[in-house]
Amino acid sequence: MAGTAVRGRLTWQVATVAAVRPETASVRTIELDLQDWGGHQAGQHVDVRLTADDGYVAERSYSIASAPGEPLQLTVERLENGEVSPYLTEELRAGDQIEIRGPIGGYFVWDGDDASTPLLLVAGGSGVVPFRSMLRHRARIGSNVPVRLLYSARRLPDVIYRTELDMAGDGAEVIYTLTREQPPGWAGHSGRVDAALLTEVAWAPDRRPLAFVCGPTAFVEIVAGELVSLGYPPDRIKTERYGGVGAP
Amino acid sequence: MTDRHDGPGDLYGPDDSALDGNAIGGLLHEVFGTEMTTAEATCAHCGNTALVAEALAYVRAPGTVMRCRTCTSVLAVVVRRQEINCVDLSGLAALNALSENSGRRSAHSGT
Repeated sequence: MAGTAVRGRLTWQVATVAAVRPETASVRTIELDLQDWGGHQAGQHVDVRLTADDGYVAERSYSIASAPGEPLQLTVERLENGEVSPYLTEELRAGDQIEIRGPIGGYFVWDGDDASTPLLLVAGGSGVVPFRSMLRHRARIGSNVPVRLLYSARRLPDVIYRTELDMAGDGAEVIYTLTREQPPGWAGHSGRVDAALLTEVAWAPDRRPLAFVCGPTAFVEIVAGELVSLGYPPDRIKTERYGGVGAP
Repeated sequence: MTDRHDGPGDLYGPDDSALDGNAIGGLLHEVFGTEMTTAEATCAHCGNTALVAEALAYVRAPGTVMRCRTCTSVLAVVVRRQEINCVDLSGLAALNALSENSGRRSAHSGT
């Protein structure tokens, strides 16, 4: 079976790093070339496998940062004491190879088909990565679905894709809240995402909005709980949690 | 989704190691041969049915554990040993995946 791709099966393949781009001090985007990539949906992720010289294998999951139709990009945050992310964010160079399988997931995806309801995206820290794919996809397909991205970050320099998000426009609003430190003259929100902020930012439930929430587990639990309190039906709130990296 | 390690508890509260079914989408695809995060899983303990994506998932060794978000009972355990996945689904009363062509496909465990 080795090397044989069975339809429907998820197989590991070798990807070559085409480019690496810094996003923040601890985050960078890796663009990959793959021989056999059938495309993906916005919101999906891939598994990355690294094998050490001694045969030790480590696997991690990373959200896809690029839109369907664009070259595959992953955005990776370096975690102190992490096993995989320091290598991906500090060592990996263009021309290097890593193993990838995917795309993975069918739940936390937005394909743009439902044009009738507004979209609410709530990101904690690097939970913004799948939303960059969704926002780019929305722009590429010319969707006019109103979308609001509420993005919780510690400090302004920690905001990933800031230049791109600041230019969103065209029916897409990006609202930041900075939890730890605000620059002088900061006119945006401060503190964590709570009931008051969601009441202000979230679409009214009677518009039948679709909400996506992505971040560390504790962040997702709080935000999803508040959205239910606001009147969002649980089946209109899609959640994705990632391993603890501290609060965004 | 990023690296799976604990970090400091913080503004949004202490972090625990529970992720959700999205995080094990690759492993489940490997085991079942199809996309499983949109499958419906019925807990054999409390009878609640929910999407796999919404289940609790613990991804750190030893083994990967999926638990019911309603009653926290173990739904499934996957342990990889020398390239072989050992799969225990005894906590599931039913698991229904969307097949590519023909609607839902069912698998019932137990009895």
